[in-house]
Amino acid sequence: MSRPTPLRDVHESLGATLTDFAGWLMPLRYGSESAEHNAVRQAAGLFDLSHMGEIFVTGRQAAEALDYALVGHLSALATGRARYTMIVDERGGVLDDLIVYRLGDEEFMVVANASNYEMVDAELKNRAKSYDAVVDDRSEQYALIAVQGPRAQEILATLTDADLAGLKYYAGLPGVVDGRQALIARTGYTGEDGFELFVADQDAVPLWHALMAAGEPYGIKPAGLSSRDTLRLEAGMPLYGNELSAELTPFDAGLGRVVKFDKPGDFVGRTALEAVKDTAPGRRLVGLVARGRRVPRHGYPVTKDGAVVGEVTSGAPSQTLGKPIAMAYVDTGASEGLAVDIRGSQEPMDLVELPFYRRNK
Amino acid sequence: MSNIPDELSYTKEHEWVAGLDDGITVTIGITAFAAEALGDVVFVQLPEAGAVIEAGDSVGEVESTKSVSEIYTPVGGEVVEINQAVVDDPSLANTDPYGDGWMFRVRVDGDPQDLLTPEEYSALTSGDS
Repeated sequence: MSRPTPLRDVHESLGATLTDFAGWLMPLRYGSESAEHNAVRQAAGLFDLSHMGEIFVTGRQAAEALDYALVGHLSALATGRARYTMIVDERGGVLDDLIVYRLGDEEFMVVANASNYEMVDAELKNRAKSYDAVVDDRSEQYALIAVQGPRAQEILATLTDADLAGLKYYAGLPGVVDGRQALIARTGYTGEDGFELFVADQDAVPLWHALMAAGEPYGIKPAGLSSRDTLRLEAGMPLYGNELSAELTPFDAGLGRVVKFDKPGDFVGRTALEAVKDTAPGRRLVGLVARGRRVPRHGYPVTKDGAVVGEVTSGAPSQTLGKPIAMAYVDTGASEGLAVDIRGSQEPMDLVELPFYRRNK
Repeated sequence: MSNIPDELSYTKEHEWVAGLDDGITVTIGITAFAAEALGDVVFVQLPEAGAVIEAGDSVGEVESTKSVSEIYTPVGGEVVEINQAVVDDPSLANTDPYGDGWMFRVRVDGDPQDLLTPEEYSALTSGDS
């Protein structure tokens, strides 16, 4: 059986279509997923992301332990800031992509994907063994609610005195929202401005209602995983299991910049990644825009003159572009005359650089 | 519980069929249950008018944000008309699946596949959901 989040009853009362996702019972959509997608691009959307994992790393050597366990330079992270990073295996294969928040000198929160956080927790415990640091999976205690979209700051400002205008992208601060303790982070997975609110499980329902009420005049909509997926796809953001896997290094995924070789000390995967960092991978992650209306989907072959030159990792109709789009790994050098084999028919595609969509700042 | 009109016949693949009683021309579409399960329909591909199809054939497809599914025809014969409106605006399949969202019309030749009554289709879909 799938695990419910603390907001399950709220989703049901809103008429959500619920789906199993990584062992959790999650809202796929509440009504029209296109309307939810557009609400996030134009106003705001409210997401239940309580399936994400929150793993705390604390102690005198918490920073050093993370420098060793992850590819990023976390000891250089200032308190109150966050970093996108990855955990890799000894071969450099990506085990998960993560956001790490530094909450204090000796306190970090690692946010991992729902499908991976138990493994990440076990890996971190193993890798932190020789450090004076404690790894504690607190996913069960935390709910995560995201408010995303151009009106997100105005909406959240009605419920908190926290200095939202002063909160930078990829920063997080403890604050009080609608009378409840929260970690307020300016992060997201939609390509829009927005906030992620980490709160105690029992605060999730009242906070959700408060945000819906505050957002109503701004056009907020509850938004499910279906729109979350199309939003992140337009924004060119990778999804673990689609664009990222243990068979690929961060360099294969075009994300070599997250690997910080110049940090002090060794880290898991360093030797393997040093060996490949200057080697151009055979394939690269690109965007495809369909000329027709049929949708390229995960696993479909990319072809050129009938030969397979790549594979689609994610695809969907794009609300913003009005055309189907996809991310795909495509042979370096193959850029013209591409098609995707959609159930036996070669549908022409134009290759574009990612992302498909970038918001006006 | 999705809408299942009494006057229609249904297939296990979630199509509806109207006009069987005349035995001449029938209209085929996808059910409200199918449309809800798919989510927002973004693309509809239909057979060409004039095509001769056989009962059980896959004759088209319906794509939504998350998935794609085939349209099977429960009757054989000649396709006499397709609904260009739903091709141009696939969201009609969501907003009015039994009305403006109809898919195609067939001049029936031969016996239809086993069809479901509204009661049988209701039992099928309540088991699925």
